[in-house]
Amino acid sequence: MSNTMNSATHPIVRMQKLNKHFGSLHVLNDIDLTIVPGEVVVIIGASGSGKSTLIRCINGLEEFQSGSLVVDSNELLPHGKSTKALQTIRTEVGMVFQQFNLFPHLSVIDNVTLAPMKVRGLSRDEAVSNAKRLLDRVGIADQADKYPSQLSGGQQQRVALARALAMEPRLMLFDEPTSALDPEMIGEVLDAMRELAKEGMTMVIVTHEMGFAREVADRVIFIHKGEITEEGHPEKLFDSPQHERTQSFLARVLKH
Amino acid sequence: MDVNFQFDWSAAFGSIPYLLPGIPWTLLISFGGLAIGFFIGIFFGLLRISRLRWLRWPAIVYVEVFRGTPILVQVLFIFYGLPQLLGSPINALVAGIAAIAVNSGAYISEIVRGGVQSIERGQGEASLSLGLSRTQAFRYVIWPQAFRRMIPPLGNQGIISIKDTSLFSVIGVGELVRQGQIYIATTFTALEVYFMVALMYLAITWTLSIILRQLERRGLAGQ
Repeated sequence: MSNTMNSATHPIVRMQKLNKHFGSLHVLNDIDLTIVPGEVVVIIGASGSGKSTLIRCINGLEEFQSGSLVVDSNELLPHGKSTKALQTIRTEVGMVFQQFNLFPHLSVIDNVTLAPMKVRGLSRDEAVSNAKRLLDRVGIADQADKYPSQLSGGQQQRVALARALAMEPRLMLFDEPTSALDPEMIGEVLDAMRELAKEGMTMVIVTHEMGFAREVADRVIFIHKGEITEEGHPEKLFDSPQHERTQSFLARVLKH
Repeated sequence: MDVNFQFDWSAAFGSIPYLLPGIPWTLLISFGGLAIGFFIGIFFGLLRISRLRWLRWPAIVYVEVFRGTPILVQVLFIFYGLPQLLGSPINALVAGIAAIAVNSGAYISEIVRGGVQSIERGQGEASLSLGLSRTQAFRYVIWPQAFRRMIPPLGNQGIISIKDTSLFSVIGVGELVRQGQIYIATTFTALEVYFMVALMYLAITWTLSIILRQLERRGLAGQ
Protein backbone atom coordinates (compact mmCIF):
# COMPACT_ATOMS: atom_id res chain seq x y z
CA MET A 1 0.00 0.00 0.00
CA SER A 2 1.06 3.56 -0.54
CA ASN A 3 2.95 5.05 2.29
CA THR A 4 6.45 6.21 2.97
CA MET A 5 7.18 3.34 5.33
CA ASN A 6 8.82 1.33 2.57
CA SER A 7 11.35 4.08 1.84
CA ALA A 8 14.06 1.52 2.58
CA THR A 9 13.23 -0.16 -0.75
CA HIS A 10 15.09 0.72 -3.91
CA PRO A 11 13.98 4.15 -5.13
CA ILE A 12 12.20 4.26 -8.48
CA VAL A 13 13.44 7.79 -9.19
CA ARG A 14 16.71 9.21 -7.94
CA MET A 15 17.57 12.69 -9.13
CA GLN A 16 20.74 14.31 -7.90
CA LYS A 17 21.95 17.86 -8.52
CA LEU A 18 19.86 18.04 -11.70
CA ASN A 19 20.26 21.26 -13.68
CA LYS A 20 18.41 22.43 -16.74
CA HIS A 21 18.76 25.61 -18.74
CA PHE A 22 16.59 27.02 -21.51
CA GLY A 23 19.17 29.35 -23.04
CA SER A 24 20.07 31.78 -20.29
CA LEU A 25 17.10 30.72 -18.15
CA HIS A 26 18.00 28.38 -15.32
CA VAL A 27 14.83 26.27 -15.21
CA LEU A 28 15.91 23.59 -12.75
CA ASN A 29 18.57 24.34 -10.18
CA ASP A 30 20.36 21.50 -8.35
CA ILE A 31 17.23 19.41 -7.90
CA ASP A 32 17.52 16.43 -5.54
CA LEU A 33 14.52 14.16 -5.57
CA THR A 34 14.07 10.56 -4.55
CA ILE A 35 10.82 8.69 -5.04
CA VAL A 36 10.19 5.21 -3.70
CA PRO A 37 7.73 2.65 -5.09
CA GLY A 38 4.17 3.23 -3.95
CA GLU A 39 4.74 6.86 -3.12
CA VAL A 40 2.37 9.60 -4.30
CA VAL A 41 4.26 12.86 -4.71
CA VAL A 42 2.49 16.08 -5.61
CA ILE A 43 4.50 18.97 -6.99
CA ILE A 44 3.07 22.45 -6.59
CA GLY A 45 4.33 25.88 -7.53
CA ALA A 46 3.53 28.96 -9.60
CA SER A 47 3.38 28.65 -13.38
CA GLY A 48 6.87 28.89 -14.82
CA SER A 49 8.42 27.56 -11.63
CA GLY A 50 9.77 24.50 -13.46
CA LYS A 51 7.43 21.86 -12.04
CA SER A 52 6.27 20.53 -15.43
CA THR A 53 9.82 20.59 -16.74
CA LEU A 54 10.90 18.57 -13.72
CA ILE A 55 8.53 15.67 -14.36
CA ARG A 56 9.19 15.81 -18.11
CA CYS A 57 12.86 15.14 -17.32
CA ILE A 58 11.88 11.88 -15.64
CA ASN A 59 10.74 10.29 -18.94
CA GLY A 60 13.21 12.18 -21.08
CA LEU A 61 10.77 14.52 -22.82
CA GLU A 62 13.12 17.26 -21.62
CA GLU A 63 16.89 17.03 -21.64
CA PHE A 64 18.94 18.26 -18.73
CA GLN A 65 22.45 19.62 -18.79
CA SER A 66 24.04 18.28 -15.62
CA GLY A 67 23.38 16.07 -12.64
CA SER A 68 22.33 12.45 -12.44
CA LEU A 69 18.97 10.81 -12.93
CA VAL A 70 18.22 7.13 -12.45
CA VAL A 71 14.72 5.89 -13.20
CA ASP A 72 13.91 2.29 -12.36
CA SER A 73 17.61 1.34 -12.46
CA ASN A 74 18.13 2.97 -15.87
CA GLU A 75 20.43 5.94 -15.96
CA LEU A 76 19.47 8.94 -18.05
CA LEU A 77 22.46 10.96 -19.21
CA PRO A 78 22.66 14.73 -19.65
CA HIS A 79 21.98 16.19 -23.11
CA GLY A 80 19.68 13.29 -24.02
CA LYS A 81 22.60 10.97 -24.76
CA SER A 82 20.94 7.79 -23.49
CA THR A 83 18.67 6.52 -26.23
CA LYS A 84 18.60 2.90 -25.09
CA ALA A 85 17.84 3.68 -21.43
CA LEU A 86 15.33 6.26 -22.57
CA GLN A 87 13.35 3.71 -24.53
CA THR A 88 13.30 1.32 -21.57
CA ILE A 89 12.28 4.06 -19.15
CA ARG A 90 9.43 5.20 -21.38
CA THR A 91 7.94 1.73 -21.49
CA GLU A 92 7.98 1.65 -17.66
CA VAL A 93 6.83 5.22 -17.02
CA GLY A 94 3.38 6.40 -18.07
CA MET A 95 2.36 10.00 -18.55
CA VAL A 96 -0.89 11.94 -18.62
CA PHE A 97 -0.77 15.36 -20.22
CA GLN A 98 -2.65 18.59 -19.64
CA GLN A 99 -4.02 18.55 -23.21
CA PHE A 100 -4.78 14.78 -23.14
CA ASN A 101 -2.89 14.28 -26.42
CA LEU A 102 -5.13 11.42 -27.53
CA PHE A 103 -4.58 10.27 -31.11
CA PRO A 104 -7.53 11.86 -32.96
CA HIS A 105 -7.35 9.51 -35.95
CA LEU A 106 -7.75 6.41 -33.79
CA SER A 107 -10.80 5.16 -31.93
CA VAL A 108 -10.69 5.01 -28.15
CA ILE A 109 -9.88 1.30 -28.17
CA ASP A 110 -7.12 1.79 -30.77
CA ASN A 111 -5.65 4.63 -28.71
CA VAL A 112 -5.33 2.24 -25.79
CA THR A 113 -4.10 -0.82 -27.73
CA LEU A 114 -1.52 0.86 -30.00
CA ALA A 115 1.48 0.88 -27.65
CA PRO A 116 0.88 -2.53 -26.03
CA MET A 117 0.72 -4.08 -29.52
CA LYS A 118 3.63 -2.21 -31.09
CA VAL A 119 5.93 -1.95 -28.08
CA ARG A 120 5.04 -4.92 -25.89
CA GLY A 121 4.16 -7.15 -28.82
CA LEU A 122 0.75 -8.15 -27.50
CA SER A 123 -1.70 -9.77 -29.89
CA ARG A 124 -4.70 -7.71 -30.86
CA ASP A 125 -7.01 -9.94 -28.78
CA GLU A 126 -4.88 -9.61 -25.65
CA ALA A 127 -4.48 -5.87 -26.10
CA VAL A 128 -8.20 -5.37 -26.68
CA SER A 129 -9.26 -7.37 -23.64
CA ASN A 130 -6.75 -5.48 -21.45
CA ALA A 131 -7.93 -2.19 -22.90
CA LYS A 132 -11.57 -3.01 -22.20
CA ARG A 133 -10.76 -3.88 -18.61
CA LEU A 134 -8.91 -0.56 -18.19
CA LEU A 135 -11.65 1.46 -19.88
CA ASP A 136 -14.13 -0.20 -17.58
CA ARG A 137 -11.97 0.71 -14.62
CA VAL A 138 -11.99 4.42 -15.55
CA GLY A 139 -15.73 4.23 -16.29
CA ILE A 140 -15.84 4.60 -20.07
CA ALA A 141 -16.17 1.03 -21.32
CA ASP A 142 -19.20 2.02 -23.40
CA GLN A 143 -17.21 4.60 -25.41
CA ALA A 144 -14.60 2.18 -26.78
CA ASP A 145 -15.56 2.56 -30.44
CA LYS A 146 -15.93 6.33 -30.43
CA TYR A 147 -13.29 8.79 -31.53
CA PRO A 148 -11.67 11.18 -29.07
CA SER A 149 -13.43 14.23 -30.54
CA GLN A 150 -16.79 12.64 -29.68
CA LEU A 151 -15.95 12.57 -25.98
CA SER A 152 -16.03 15.23 -23.29
CA GLY A 153 -12.77 16.54 -21.87
CA GLY A 154 -13.16 14.49 -18.71
CA GLN A 155 -13.78 11.33 -20.72
CA GLN A 156 -10.81 12.07 -22.97
CA GLN A 157 -8.52 12.46 -20.00
CA ARG A 158 -9.75 9.16 -18.56
CA VAL A 159 -9.01 7.48 -21.90
CA ALA A 160 -5.54 9.03 -21.74
CA LEU A 161 -5.14 7.53 -18.28
CA ALA A 162 -6.27 4.10 -19.51
CA ARG A 163 -3.90 4.42 -22.49
CA ALA A 164 -0.94 5.04 -20.17
CA LEU A 165 -1.97 2.25 -17.79
CA ALA A 166 -2.21 -0.23 -20.68
CA MET A 167 1.59 -0.30 -20.74
CA GLU A 168 1.50 -1.48 -17.12
CA PRO A 169 3.83 1.27 -15.96
CA ARG A 170 5.75 1.16 -12.69
CA LEU A 171 5.46 4.93 -12.35
CA MET A 172 2.84 7.42 -13.55
CA LEU A 173 3.53 11.07 -14.26
CA PHE A 174 0.68 13.60 -14.35
CA ASP A 175 1.34 16.99 -15.88
CA GLU A 176 -1.54 19.22 -14.74
CA PRO A 177 -4.12 16.58 -15.69
CA THR A 178 -7.15 18.71 -14.81
CA SER A 179 -5.99 22.17 -15.89
CA ALA A 180 -7.62 22.01 -19.32
CA LEU A 181 -10.93 20.65 -18.03
CA ASP A 182 -14.23 22.38 -17.40
CA PRO A 183 -14.83 22.56 -13.64
CA GLU A 184 -17.62 19.97 -13.66
CA MET A 185 -15.29 17.38 -15.19
CA ILE A 186 -12.36 17.76 -12.82
CA GLY A 187 -13.95 15.48 -10.22
CA GLU A 188 -14.25 12.43 -12.48
CA VAL A 189 -10.58 12.60 -13.43
CA LEU A 190 -9.43 13.12 -9.84
CA ASP A 191 -11.62 10.17 -8.78
CA ALA A 192 -9.85 7.92 -11.28
CA MET A 193 -6.47 9.12 -10.03
CA ARG A 194 -7.52 8.64 -6.42
CA GLU A 195 -8.43 5.00 -7.22
CA LEU A 196 -5.07 4.49 -8.82
CA ALA A 197 -3.26 5.89 -5.78
CA LYS A 198 -5.27 3.58 -3.53
CA GLU A 199 -4.16 0.60 -5.58
CA GLY A 200 -0.58 1.48 -4.79
CA MET A 201 0.59 3.07 -8.04
CA THR A 202 3.67 5.26 -7.72
CA MET A 203 2.60 8.70 -8.91
CA VAL A 204 4.21 12.08 -9.47
CA ILE A 205 1.56 14.71 -9.97
CA VAL A 206 1.88 18.33 -10.97
CA THR A 207 -1.39 20.01 -10.07
CA HIS A 208 -3.13 23.11 -8.78
CA GLU A 209 -5.80 21.03 -7.02
CA MET A 210 -4.70 21.63 -3.45
CA GLY A 211 -7.57 19.74 -1.84
CA PHE A 212 -6.69 16.68 -3.90
CA ALA A 213 -3.01 17.07 -3.05
CA ARG A 214 -3.75 17.22 0.66
CA GLU A 215 -5.93 14.13 0.47
CA VAL A 216 -3.89 11.86 -1.80
CA ALA A 217 -0.25 12.90 -1.48
CA ASP A 218 2.28 11.17 0.72
CA ARG A 219 4.57 14.11 0.14
CA VAL A 220 4.12 17.57 -1.32
CA ILE A 221 6.97 19.43 -2.97
CA PHE A 222 6.88 23.19 -3.46
CA ILE A 223 9.01 24.48 -6.31
CA HIS A 224 9.95 28.11 -6.74
CA LYS A 225 12.12 29.40 -9.60
CA GLY A 226 13.52 25.96 -10.37
CA GLU A 227 14.44 25.06 -6.81
CA ILE A 228 12.75 22.81 -4.28
CA THR A 229 11.94 25.36 -1.62
CA GLU A 230 10.11 23.11 0.75
CA GLU A 231 8.75 19.58 0.94
CA GLY A 232 6.94 17.46 3.43
CA HIS A 233 3.80 15.66 4.45
CA PRO A 234 0.77 17.50 3.03
CA GLU A 235 -0.68 18.43 6.40
CA LYS A 236 2.61 19.86 7.54
CA LEU A 237 3.26 21.73 4.32
CA PHE A 238 -0.25 23.11 3.90
CA ASP A 239 -0.95 23.89 7.57
CA SER A 240 2.40 25.13 8.75
CA PRO A 241 4.62 26.01 5.81
CA GLN A 242 8.08 26.95 7.02
CA HIS A 243 9.31 28.98 4.11
CA GLU A 244 8.06 32.47 3.35
CA ARG A 245 7.73 31.69 -0.38
CA THR A 246 5.56 28.69 0.39
CA GLN A 247 3.40 30.73 2.72
CA SER A 248 2.75 33.46 0.16
CA PHE A 249 2.10 30.92 -2.63
CA LEU A 250 -0.39 28.98 -0.51
CA ALA A 251 -2.04 32.19 0.65
CA ARG A 252 -2.67 33.08 -2.99
CA VAL A 253 -3.95 29.70 -4.21
CA LEU A 254 -5.97 28.70 -1.14
CA LYS A 255 -7.80 32.04 -0.86
CA HIS A 256 -10.37 31.12 -3.51
CA MET B 1 -13.43 43.46 -87.93
CA ASP B 2 -16.18 41.00 -88.56
CA VAL B 3 -18.77 42.00 -86.01
CA ASN B 4 -21.13 39.35 -87.26
CA PHE B 5 -18.77 36.60 -86.31
CA GLN B 6 -20.76 33.67 -84.94
CA PHE B 7 -19.58 30.88 -82.68
CA ASP B 8 -19.79 27.86 -84.94
CA TRP B 9 -21.12 25.00 -82.81
CA SER B 10 -20.71 22.46 -85.57
CA ALA B 11 -17.02 23.35 -85.81
CA ALA B 12 -16.74 23.00 -82.05
CA PHE B 13 -18.42 19.60 -81.93
CA GLY B 14 -16.64 18.55 -85.12
CA SER B 15 -13.27 18.98 -83.38
CA ILE B 16 -14.12 16.52 -80.61
CA PRO B 17 -12.96 13.34 -82.41
CA TYR B 18 -9.64 15.03 -83.13
CA LEU B 19 -9.19 16.29 -79.57
CA LEU B 20 -10.19 13.14 -77.69
CA PRO B 21 -6.95 11.27 -78.52
CA GLY B 22 -5.14 14.03 -76.61
CA ILE B 23 -6.89 13.21 -73.34
CA PRO B 24 -5.08 9.94 -72.61
CA TRP B 25 -1.76 11.72 -73.23
CA THR B 26 -2.70 14.56 -70.92
CA LEU B 27 -3.78 12.08 -68.25
CA LEU B 28 -0.73 9.90 -68.72
CA ILE B 29 1.70 12.82 -68.39
CA SER B 30 -0.20 14.34 -65.44
CA PHE B 31 -0.79 11.27 -63.36
CA GLY B 32 2.46 9.54 -64.33
CA GLY B 33 4.36 12.67 -63.35
CA LEU B 34 2.33 13.23 -60.20
CA ALA B 35 2.78 9.63 -59.03
CA ILE B 36 6.55 9.99 -59.30
CA GLY B 37 6.37 13.53 -57.92
CA PHE B 38 4.49 12.21 -54.89
CA PHE B 39 7.39 9.96 -53.95
CA ILE B 40 9.93 12.67 -54.71
CA GLY B 41 7.88 14.98 -52.52
CA ILE B 42 7.70 12.56 -49.61
CA PHE B 43 11.42 11.90 -49.90
CA PHE B 44 12.53 15.54 -49.91
CA GLY B 45 9.76 16.65 -47.57
CA LEU B 46 10.98 14.22 -44.93
CA LEU B 47 14.62 15.15 -45.53
CA ARG B 48 13.61 18.76 -45.05
CA ILE B 49 12.37 18.11 -41.51
CA SER B 50 15.23 15.84 -40.54
CA ARG B 51 17.05 16.67 -37.34
CA LEU B 52 20.32 16.42 -39.28
CA ARG B 53 21.37 19.59 -41.03
CA TRP B 54 23.29 17.80 -43.80
CA LEU B 55 20.11 15.96 -44.77
CA ARG B 56 18.06 19.15 -44.76
CA TRP B 57 20.11 21.21 -47.15
CA PRO B 58 19.80 18.98 -50.26
CA ALA B 59 16.05 19.19 -49.78
CA ILE B 60 16.17 22.97 -49.52
CA VAL B 61 18.27 23.20 -52.69
CA TYR B 62 15.93 20.84 -54.56
CA VAL B 63 12.84 22.83 -53.65
CA GLU B 64 14.42 26.20 -54.42
CA VAL B 65 15.67 25.03 -57.84
CA PHE B 66 12.50 23.36 -59.10
CA ARG B 67 10.02 25.73 -57.50
CA GLY B 68 12.06 28.74 -58.52
CA THR B 69 12.32 28.01 -62.25
CA PRO B 70 9.45 27.91 -64.78
CA ILE B 71 8.16 24.47 -65.70
CA LEU B 72 8.37 25.45 -69.37
CA VAL B 73 12.12 26.01 -69.00
CA GLN B 74 12.38 22.72 -67.12
CA VAL B 75 10.72 20.70 -69.86
CA LEU B 76 12.75 22.45 -72.59
CA PHE B 77 15.90 21.71 -70.63
CA ILE B 78 14.98 18.05 -70.28
CA PHE B 79 13.82 17.56 -73.86
CA TYR B 80 16.39 19.66 -75.76
CA GLY B 81 19.15 20.17 -73.23
CA LEU B 82 19.68 16.82 -71.57
CA PRO B 83 20.10 14.85 -74.87
CA GLN B 84 23.20 16.94 -75.58
CA LEU B 85 24.57 15.74 -72.27
CA LEU B 86 23.44 12.14 -72.69
CA GLY B 87 24.21 11.83 -76.37
CA SER B 88 20.81 10.32 -77.15
CA PRO B 89 17.38 11.88 -77.65
CA ILE B 90 14.71 11.74 -74.99
CA ASN B 91 11.19 10.67 -75.81
CA ALA B 92 8.77 13.61 -75.54
CA LEU B 93 6.39 11.66 -73.32
CA VAL B 94 9.20 10.74 -70.95
CA ALA B 95 10.39 14.36 -70.91
CA GLY B 96 6.86 15.55 -70.06
CA ILE B 97 6.39 13.04 -67.25
CA ALA B 98 9.84 13.88 -65.88
CA ALA B 99 9.09 17.61 -65.92
CA ILE B 100 5.82 17.14 -64.02
CA ALA B 101 7.56 14.78 -61.61
CA VAL B 102 10.43 17.06 -60.66
CA ASN B 103 8.25 20.17 -60.61
CA SER B 104 5.33 18.79 -58.61
CA GLY B 105 7.86 16.96 -56.41
CA ALA B 106 9.22 20.30 -55.25
CA TYR B 107 5.78 21.61 -54.31
CA ILE B 108 4.68 18.30 -52.79
CA SER B 109 7.76 18.21 -50.57
CA GLU B 110 6.65 21.54 -49.14
CA ILE B 111 3.13 20.11 -48.67
CA VAL B 112 4.59 17.09 -46.86
CA ARG B 113 6.77 19.28 -44.67
CA GLY B 114 3.86 21.57 -43.81
CA GLY B 115 1.54 18.64 -43.12
CA VAL B 116 3.95 16.90 -40.76
CA GLN B 117 4.92 20.11 -38.99
CA SER B 118 1.26 21.02 -38.49
CA ILE B 119 0.74 18.04 -36.15
CA GLU B 120 0.78 19.20 -32.56
CA ARG B 121 3.95 18.54 -30.61
CA GLY B 122 1.92 16.72 -27.96
CA GLN B 123 1.12 13.89 -30.41
CA GLY B 124 4.76 12.96 -30.71
CA GLU B 125 5.33 13.40 -26.99
CA ALA B 126 2.39 11.17 -26.10
CA SER B 127 3.69 8.50 -28.50
CA LEU B 128 7.21 8.60 -27.09
CA SER B 129 5.89 8.59 -23.52
CA LEU B 130 4.13 5.30 -24.34
CA GLY B 131 7.44 3.75 -25.37
CA LEU B 132 6.98 3.97 -29.14
CA SER B 133 10.21 4.59 -31.04
CA ARG B 134 10.54 7.76 -33.14
CA THR B 135 9.92 5.69 -36.27
CA GLN B 136 6.81 4.06 -34.79
CA ALA B 137 5.51 7.40 -33.56
CA PHE B 138 5.89 8.79 -37.06
CA ARG B 139 4.37 5.80 -38.81
CA TYR B 140 1.36 5.18 -36.57
CA VAL B 141 0.59 8.62 -35.14
CA ILE B 142 2.14 11.55 -37.02
CA TRP B 143 1.97 10.44 -40.65
CA PRO B 144 -1.69 9.28 -40.76
CA GLN B 145 -2.79 12.60 -39.32
CA ALA B 146 -0.43 14.62 -41.51
CA PHE B 147 -1.58 12.78 -44.62
CA ARG B 148 -5.20 13.72 -44.01
CA ARG B 149 -4.23 17.35 -43.77
CA MET B 150 -2.21 17.00 -46.97
CA ILE B 151 -5.15 15.84 -49.13
CA PRO B 152 -6.53 19.31 -49.98
CA PRO B 153 -3.17 20.87 -50.95
CA LEU B 154 -2.22 17.67 -52.82
CA GLY B 155 -5.45 17.94 -54.80
CA ASN B 156 -4.63 21.52 -55.56
CA GLN B 157 -1.19 20.53 -56.83
CA GLY B 158 -2.74 17.76 -58.93
CA ILE B 159 -4.99 20.26 -60.68
CA ILE B 160 -2.11 22.67 -61.26
CA SER B 161 0.04 19.90 -62.74
CA ILE B 162 -2.74 18.75 -65.07
CA LYS B 163 -2.95 22.28 -66.45
CA ASP B 164 0.84 22.56 -66.64
CA THR B 165 0.90 19.69 -69.15
CA SER B 166 -0.69 22.06 -71.68
CA LEU B 167 2.74 23.73 -71.97
CA PHE B 168 4.21 20.51 -73.26
CA SER B 169 2.65 21.11 -76.68
CA VAL B 170 5.98 22.88 -77.30
CA ILE B 171 7.88 19.60 -77.29
CA GLY B 172 5.39 18.03 -79.65
CA VAL B 173 3.81 15.51 -77.32
CA GLY B 174 0.26 14.84 -78.55
CA GLU B 175 -1.63 16.07 -75.50
CA LEU B 176 -4.83 18.14 -75.64
CA VAL B 177 -3.40 21.51 -76.67
CA ARG B 178 -1.13 19.95 -79.27
CA GLN B 179 -4.08 18.04 -80.80
CA GLY B 180 -6.03 21.28 -80.91
CA GLN B 181 -3.21 23.17 -82.58
CA ILE B 182 -2.84 20.52 -85.28
CA TYR B 183 -6.57 20.60 -85.97
CA ILE B 184 -6.73 24.41 -86.08
CA ALA B 185 -3.85 24.47 -88.56
CA THR B 186 -6.18 22.97 -91.17
CA THR B 187 -9.57 24.42 -90.13
CA PHE B 188 -8.68 27.89 -88.74
CA THR B 189 -11.45 27.54 -86.14
CA ALA B 190 -9.35 28.68 -83.16
CA LEU B 191 -12.23 30.06 -81.11
CA GLU B 192 -14.29 26.89 -81.22
CA VAL B 193 -11.43 24.47 -80.82
CA TYR B 194 -9.71 26.20 -77.91
CA PHE B 195 -13.13 26.51 -76.30
CA MET B 196 -13.51 22.74 -76.54
CA VAL B 197 -9.95 22.20 -75.33
CA ALA B 198 -10.73 24.35 -72.29
CA LEU B 199 -13.91 22.34 -71.64
CA MET B 200 -11.95 19.11 -71.71
CA TYR B 201 -9.46 20.39 -69.16
CA LEU B 202 -12.38 21.52 -67.05
CA ALA B 203 -13.97 18.05 -67.29
CA ILE B 204 -10.75 16.45 -66.06
CA THR B 205 -10.06 18.89 -63.23
CA TRP B 206 -13.68 19.00 -62.12
CA THR B 207 -13.82 15.22 -61.91
CA LEU B 208 -10.67 15.27 -59.82
CA SER B 209 -12.18 17.92 -57.53
CA ILE B 210 -15.24 15.76 -56.93
CA ILE B 211 -13.11 12.71 -56.13
CA LEU B 212 -11.01 14.79 -53.74
CA ARG B 213 -14.05 16.15 -51.96
CA GLN B 214 -15.22 12.58 -51.38
CA LEU B 215 -11.80 11.59 -50.08
CA GLU B 216 -11.70 14.54 -47.72
CA ARG B 217 -15.15 13.79 -46.42
CA ARG B 218 -14.23 10.17 -45.79
CA GLY B 219 -10.95 11.17 -44.20
CA LEU B 220 -12.60 13.59 -41.80
CA ALA B 221 -15.40 11.22 -40.87
CA GLY B 222 -13.03 9.35 -38.60
CA GLN B 223 -12.22 12.36 -36.43
